[in-house]
Amino acid sequence: MEINIQKRVLEANETEADKNRKFFKDKNVFVVNMMSSPGSGKTETLCKTLVKLMPDIRVGVIVGDICTTNDADRLEVTGAKVTQINTDQFGGDCHLAANLIIDSAKQLGCDDLDLLIVENIGNLVCPAEFDIGEDARAVVLSVTEGEDKPLKYPLMFRVADVAILNKIDLLPYLDFDAKLVVDNMKQVHPHLPVFEISAKTEEGFEPWLEWLKIKVFEKTGR
Amino acid sequence: MHEMGIAQQLVQIAIDSIPEDIENPKVEKLNLKIGKLASVVEHSLTFCFEIITKDTPLENARLDIDFIPVMVHCKSCDNEWEVTGPVFKCPFCEDGDVEMLTGREIEITSLELAD
Ligand SMILES: Nc1nc2c(ncn2[C@@H]2O[C@H](COP(=O)(O)OP(=O)(O)OP(=O)(O)O)[C@@H](O)[C@H]2O)c(=O)[nH]1
Ligand SMILES: [Mg+2]
Ligand SMILES: [Zn+2]
Repeated sequence: MEINIQKRVLEANETEADKNRKFFKDKNVFVVNMMSSPGSGKTETLCKTLVKLMPDIRVGVIVGDICTTNDADRLEVTGAKVTQINTDQFGGDCHLAANLIIDSAKQLGCDDLDLLIVENIGNLVCPAEFDIGEDARAVVLSVTEGEDKPLKYPLMFRVADVAILNKIDLLPYLDFDAKLVVDNMKQVHPHLPVFEISAKTEEGFEPWLEWLKIKVFEKTGR
Repeated sequence: MHEMGIAQQLVQIAIDSIPEDIENPKVEKLNLKIGKLASVVEHSLTFCFEIITKDTPLENARLDIDFIPVMVHCKSCDNEWEVTGPVFKCPFCEDGDVEMLTGREIEITSLELAD
């Protein structure tokens, strides 16, 4: 006997993500889901970004890691509101699922925020599959990871709304073709905005900050 | 990666779909639709599924996966085509804004019970 089902397997996550989206809309806060492989520089990029945006734009951060509160400690120094999610309590998941976000968002209190950034767990595969109710997805790739990564992880670069190429201060020491990696990103995702930056030297931040400010304004009117 | 979570959801949905009046149900097969761009590794999924279905009505059930091609549409020139690699650039107008129509599915279409 065949029983017809026709259901999306991640429907439970999608339902939670929709609830989050509604919550963020009510709170009038723009939400960015930031993703990359481990160590591409999400936290470092955020630390610098937060300092440059505040106090004009009020920013909160939810940071996900399997273990440790190292990243939250680094981010708190900027004066932003920060809360950490450790997924080892939930079986060491390789991504943040939508249901984990809402409690942290409430704990953070979104009433006085214009922008909420979620630093996802370092992984170029799984987080791309899980909607958390964000308004935009940002992927960070660093110049030490190889030009072919966009082609090897196409889903991540497909779902991204913006890409950051980080650690460009290291280019003089590497055989890395920055033009080729940007081309590869655009092969996967034509018209993807790509910002080349160094979170260390703070080179190239202006266009990225400008992009964020416009997006925040488009949603919140602030 | 996250195949364990997907396997758990599969089992949950399957169990919830079995009519309550069937005594000792035994699932022989689960029919799935998985898009070629979905990040699901077939052997990891099968492996996780086998582990968590021990001593359940789904023990020894087969996963029959229909892989869905990645179809895209160019919003600029209105062409549709299948993407087989990682390249999504429009081959017709070169500069179009390309949207995905299919290829990200992770769906359970039906299950088959033993008589
Ligand atoms: N040279 C250089 N190093 C950088 C840059 N950005 C980050 N780093 C270094 O790269 C390492 C990883 O940076 P993180 O910011 O921790 O990376 P992450 O993506 O947050 O890492 P996970 O959260 O563990 O996935 C650190 O040692 C940083 O100091 C950069 O622009 N240039
Ligand atoms: Mg980090
Ligand atoms: Zn076209």
